[in-house]
Amino acid sequence: MSSAYGVVAVLLVVVATVLIGAFGIRLSRTTSDFYVASRTVSPLWNASAIGGEYLSGASFLGIAGLILAHGADLLWLPVGWTGGYLVLLVLVSAPLRRSGAYTLPDFAEARLESMTVRRTASVLVVLIGWLYLMPQFQSAGLVLRGVTGAPVWVGGVLVAVVVAVNVLSGGMRSITFVQAFQYWLKLTALAVPLIFLLLAWNADGRPRVEDGPPVFRDRTTVSFPSDVRVKVSEPVTVSAEGVIDGRRVGGPLTLEPGTHDIRHDAKVTFPAGAKVPHMESLPVLDDEDWAMPLQGRDHPVYATYSLILATFLGTMGLPHVLVRFYTNPDGRAARRTTLAVLALLGAFYLLPAVYGALGRLYTPELLMTGRTDAVVLTLPGRLVGGVLGELLTALVAAGAFAAFLSTSSGLTVSVAGVLGQDILGGGVRSFRIATVLAVIAPLILAITARALAVADVVGLAFAVAASSFCPLLVLGIWWRRLTTAGAMAGLLVGGGLAGAAVVATILGGPYDGWTGALLAQPAAWTVPIAFLVMIVVSLLTPRKVPLGVARTMVRLHTPETLNVDRGDWRPRSA
Amino acid sequence: MNPRSADRPDRRAFERLLASERRAAERPRRQVVTSPRTIAVRRPRYPLTREIDEQTKLGEVYMRSLVRTQLRLGLFVCSLLGCVVCGLPLLFLLVPPLRVVEVLGVPLPWLLLGGLIYPLFTLAGYFYVRSAERNERDFADLVDRR
Repeated sequence: MSSAYGVVAVLLVVVATVLIGAFGIRLSRTTSDFYVASRTVSPLWNASAIGGEYLSGASFLGIAGLILAHGADLLWLPVGWTGGYLVLLVLVSAPLRRSGAYTLPDFAEARLESMTVRRTASVLVVLIGWLYLMPQFQSAGLVLRGVTGAPVWVGGVLVAVVVAVNVLSGGMRSITFVQAFQYWLKLTALAVPLIFLLLAWNADGRPRVEDGPPVFRDRTTVSFPSDVRVKVSEPVTVSAEGVIDGRRVGGPLTLEPGTHDIRHDAKVTFPAGAKVPHMESLPVLDDEDWAMPLQGRDHPVYATYSLILATFLGTMGLPHVLVRFYTNPDGRAARRTTLAVLALLGAFYLLPAVYGALGRLYTPELLMTGRTDAVVLTLPGRLVGGVLGELLTALVAAGAFAAFLSTSSGLTVSVAGVLGQDILGGGVRSFRIATVLAVIAPLILAITARALAVADVVGLAFAVAASSFCPLLVLGIWWRRLTTAGAMAGLLVGGGLAGAAVVATILGGPYDGWTGALLAQPAAWTVPIAFLVMIVVSLLTPRKVPLGVARTMVRLHTPETLNVDRGDWRPRSA
Repeated sequence: MNPRSADRPDRRAFERLLASERRAAERPRRQVVTSPRTIAVRRPRYPLTREIDEQTKLGEVYMRSLVRTQLRLGLFVCSLLGCVVCGLPLLFLLVPPLRVVEVLGVPLPWLLLGGLIYPLFTLAGYFYVRSAERNERDFADLVDRR
C-alpha cells in the first residue's frame, strides 16, 4: 500500500470536511441552530446527510470483511440496515418529526410527561452513542496504520479531534453539509474502484468461488500486523521469516496440522494452491458452504432471525439517526426524506457484497491475519496494481475516513446534545463542554479495550437500541394506554438485558453453543421481552397514563396544514 | 368537556337520533325522525377542528379514526415486509435446493439479498408515502370542510 497517495487522500478528506464545516459557522447563532440547524435543510440535502451519517466504518469496511469470513448469512446485515429505514418510515418518521422534539429524551418527555423517563432515555442515548463511537475510532486507527504505518491510536485521535473541532465550530448546520458531502464521497470511493476490480476479474477469466476450502491462488507472502494463532489443517511447507511458535525462523519451515502462534511482523510465504490457515476464532468454511445461507455457524437460524430483528428495529432507536429527522420542515418532508434515504442506501449496499466475494477469491490471507475488515482496502492493490491500483487504494482509504468522520460527527452531536441538555444544564456553553466529553470517553475506550470486528460492536449497539427505544417509540406513537411506569420498566428491562449481553460478549467471550448465540445476538429475546414488559406494566398501571395524551396524539398525527391546537410543549433546548 | 356542547342544536338532533334508534332496536317499529329544517343550515357554524381542540367525544372519534387508519397502513406494510424478510430464511431452511440454485449465473440467495431486495424496499416505501399522504389529505378535507 502506498504511503504517499494514502496520506494525501486522508488529508484531503480531513481538510475538505473542516472547510465545508466552516461554511456553516456564520450561519449558526442560537442554541436552536446548534442542535438542529433551525430545521431549514431541504429534503434532498437531508437524505444525503442521513445516508452520509449512517454509512459508518461498519458499512464501508466491515460488511465486506464479515461476508468474506462468514458468507451468505451476513448478507442480511446490509439488508437489515436498509430495511430498518423502511420500518422507521412506516412507524415513526412523520409523528416523530411532528412531536417537535430535538432528541430522543425530548420525545420521551413530551409523550410521557415525566422527567424520570427522560433521564433514563438520556443515559441510554449516551451509552448507545459511545458503544457506536468506540469501534469507529478503533477502525480509524487500523486504516491509518494500514495506509501510513502510524501507531494504531493516531487514527482514532485524528478522527476525534476533527469531529470535535467541527461540531464545536458549526454545530448541526455545518454537520448537515459535511454529511451530505460524505455520502457521495463514500459512494464514489466504493463504486469507482469496483468497476476496475470487475474489469480485472473479467480479464482474469471470471474465476468463481468453487468447492473446497479457500486456497492461495498464487504464491503469496503474508505479513502479520499483530500476533495471531492460526489453525493449519494439512502439512504445508512455507518460507518464513520472524517468530513462529516461540522460535525465530528464517527460511523453509513445515507447518504441521494443529494451531500455531505467529508473532507480529512475521512474514510467511505460501506456495500456490496451499490451503489458507484460518485465524483461530474464524470458522473454516468450504466455499460451497460459504456461498449458501444457513450454513457454517452455530444455530444459524436463530442467529439470522436475531440479526434481522436487531437491525430492522434497532435503526429507529439510534440517537444519531433520529436527530437528523428534526431538520425536516414538517412531517410530510420527513417521510419523503426517508424514502430518498431508502433509495440512497439501497444503491450503496449493492457494493460491499461484491467486495466480499472478490475478497474470498483474491485476498484469502486476510482469513489468516484476521484483518478481514481490510478487504476493501487490500483488493485494489492486489487486482489492479501499479499506479492506478495505488490511486484506487487511496480513494478507498479516503472513503473509509469519510465514513469514520461522518458517523462520529453525527453521534457526537447527538450524544453531546443529550449530555449538554440533561446533565450540564443546557445552553451553548454546556453543549461545547459536552462535545469534548462525548468524544473523549469512547476514545479512551477505543485505545484501551481490545479490538473487535467493527460490525460486531455496531451490531450490539443496534440490539440495545432495538430493545429499548424501539418499543418506546412504537408504543408511544401508536398506543394511548402506554404509561410512565410501563415505559420506565420496558426501558430498564430491555436496555438492561441487552446491555448485559453486550458487556458479557465484549469482556467475557467468546462463548460456545447456545450461550454464545444468545449473548452475541441478544435481540431475538430482548426485544420481545421489552415490548411485553412495557405493555403488561402499562396495563397494570392504568392510572399513570399521562394527562395530556389526547393532545399529544393530535400533535403527533395531524398534518401541519390543519389549524388545530397541538399543545404548548417545547423542547427545553429551544 | 365544552359547556356549550350540551345546548348545540346538531348535538341535540344527534342524540334524538340515537335515542330513537335505541328504541327501534328494543321494539322494532317504524319511527318517523323529525327535525327542524333550520338545523341543517346552521351546521357549519361549528368546525370539526374545534371539536378536536376541545377534545369532545366527536373530536376524539375523528382523531382515533385517523390514528387507526395510519396504524393499519403501517402495520400492513410492516407485515408485508415481515413476510418477505422472515419468509426468506424459512424458505432456505425448508427447501435446501433453493440455497444453491443459480439465476443469471448468481446463486439465488445472493441475487435476492445482495440486489433485488433493495429496489423492493424503495417501492414499498413509495407506496407507503403515497397512501399515508392520501390518508392525511382525506382527514384534512373531512375536518376542514366548511
